[in-house]
Amino acid sequence: MIVLTGNDLKSGAVVWWTGADWSVHVDDAVDVGDEADIITAREEAARRVNAPYAIEAARDERGVRPAHIKDRIRALGPTVRPDLTLKPAEPDIGNWVI
Amino acid sequence: MYLYDQYDQAMVDARVAEFRDQTRRRLEGKLSEDQFKPLRLMNGLYLQLHAYMLRVAVPYGTLSSRQMHALADIADRYDRGYGHYTTRQNIQYNWIRLEDAPDILADLAAVEMHAIQTSGNCIRNISSDHFAGAAADELVDPRPYAELLRQWSSFHPEFTYLPRKFKIAVIASDTDRAAMKLHDIGIQIVRNEAGELGAAFYVGGGMGRTPMIAPLISDFVPLDQLITYAEACLRVYNRHGRRDNKYKARIKILVHELGPDEYTRQVEEEFAHLLDQGVEPPLAELERVKGYFELPETLRYPGAGRDPALAESLDSDLRQNDDFRLWFERNTHSHRHPDHVSAVISLKPVGGIPGDASAEQMHLMADLAREYSFDECRVMHTQNIVLPHVRISDLRALWTRLEAAGLGSPNLDTIEDIIACPGLDYCSLANARSIPVAQKISQRFAASGRTAVLGELKLKISGCINACGHHHAGHIGILGVDRKGKENYQLLLGGSEAQDTSLARITGPGFDEDGIVGAVEKATDVYLANRAEGERFLDTYRRIGMEPFKEALYG
Repeated sequence: MIVLTGNDLKSGAVVWWTGADWSVHVDDAVDVGDEADIITAREEAARRVNAPYAIEAARDERGVRPAHIKDRIRALGPTVRPDLTLKPAEPDIGNWVI
Repeated sequence: MYLYDQYDQAMVDARVAEFRDQTRRRLEGKLSEDQFKPLRLMNGLYLQLHAYMLRVAVPYGTLSSRQMHALADIADRYDRGYGHYTTRQNIQYNWIRLEDAPDILADLAAVEMHAIQTSGNCIRNISSDHFAGAAADELVDPRPYAELLRQWSSFHPEFTYLPRKFKIAVIASDTDRAAMKLHDIGIQIVRNEAGELGAAFYVGGGMGRTPMIAPLISDFVPLDQLITYAEACLRVYNRHGRRDNKYKARIKILVHELGPDEYTRQVEEEFAHLLDQGVEPPLAELERVKGYFELPETLRYPGAGRDPALAESLDSDLRQNDDFRLWFERNTHSHRHPDHVSAVISLKPVGGIPGDASAEQMHLMADLAREYSFDECRVMHTQNIVLPHVRISDLRALWTRLEAAGLGSPNLDTIEDIIACPGLDYCSLANARSIPVAQKISQRFAASGRTAVLGELKLKISGCINACGHHHAGHIGILGVDRKGKENYQLLLGGSEAQDTSLARITGPGFDEDGIVGAVEKATDVYLANRAEGERFLDTYRRIGMEPFKEALYG
């Protein structure tokens, strides 16, 4: 699947396109197919997102998993500070990144 | 230390107001990201993996306790309670909100700080010896010259859009503690045979994808012509630097392609032209700046030697506590005044994140600087903090408080004292994570008890070819790369960023995350099996060469 990601303009937080809005949770991301360019142009112009881009990902039993490690780290947070990730209560969440 | 005059303050305040307006226009949609990006970068505001990142300049690494408290307050109020000290003696915050950035810059301006020229193709923060003004082996304090260069380079209209970024370091001792020859310009304050002070200029060094050691292009520039000579060096670069190719745009490429002799000839020609153009600030300005860096009254007159009563008291403390003795031996540096030392606060706890400090730790370091070090501390390019002027009778109390706060690691210049860039955990340019590798190495060697046995061993890790972690200059260097979507780590040996500057060489094929830790251990096995009396890892490597290490790693 192709998903869209970027950063929230005000906070800089990593966000994912849900089909209607932007979410900080990668599992909310939807497959945009071949509409990535149209959506990114519209959303950037509306200042709802900063520097959006499309990536490859896959949906499995744990949710949406970006293909590249860089985007998995963006989706989760720094692997060296589990307390600052989106899932601080899951001690083995770093394994999902690697 | 230097205090802003009305011009410094007015410039910084004006920039805060300007950026506040630019940010407002961005948030209102009157500026696109393409328009805004160069403006925010000029104020040190990057967009990194997780959020905006703000890099704050710490000129020549020197901070007052008031400034350190302000940095802690920013970490608390606007970030997530911590900051990261960098290899350019700066600090970075990783979780900044764009809408807060103008307020942060205003808070910085209130304590005579800013984030100007911490990004972009301009002259970056001037770095220096972290023991400047305190070290027993320096000719003079190099910081007044660094400050003069800071003032000259701040908003310099001709050098705001250079072909690439430009880094300058200034030292004043034969011992290089600032990686001087790995800068675009490295300046060493020297004394000539007539006893006069001058500046030796090394130009065209750097790390990154094409590491080079700067050649000496002038062995003596009179100090009252230092700025003019620097301007000549920059002018030749600005004129001929490769703007057509980002990867060939640093001055090191120009010096290499022209050859040091031809580059020097052009600099000398430009210098002769500039000498009567009024570039140089008046000597009175240098004297004014020097006044800010004078040692506290009690440190100016060192006397004949260490006070016997203080020496006995220190000896007694050292005999009573082995942990304190180890910290004293490893983490203090001789001071020009025998009753004092410079004390290094390690930001490298075993398994910790190199260079990170919490807001609480920063407040404590600020308090300790005020109580024990004449209100001053320094950021080291090795991502530790120095209290430059500590009376030896205060050391035990200082160490006790550091220990209680997790800041008493006795590991300066050991294999646990690792330089590591933020890597792929934070940086959008990185290809691999640096910090987890550093954590595993420090844990492995601390657990095996080998750290002390190995002695001085400088290990440096970069998460990409840009080399922010100085891997080219590590006795052992590690470079993280992306190999078909997987993190892979190359091992390098034989680098140094000290006065014996050398560039490390790659051993061979890379390793995965666990493999690189084992590879480092094997390299130290080779060292221990081959070292001669008194040899450091680097000395043994230079004597026996790469082959024994390759055999152990790949044989």
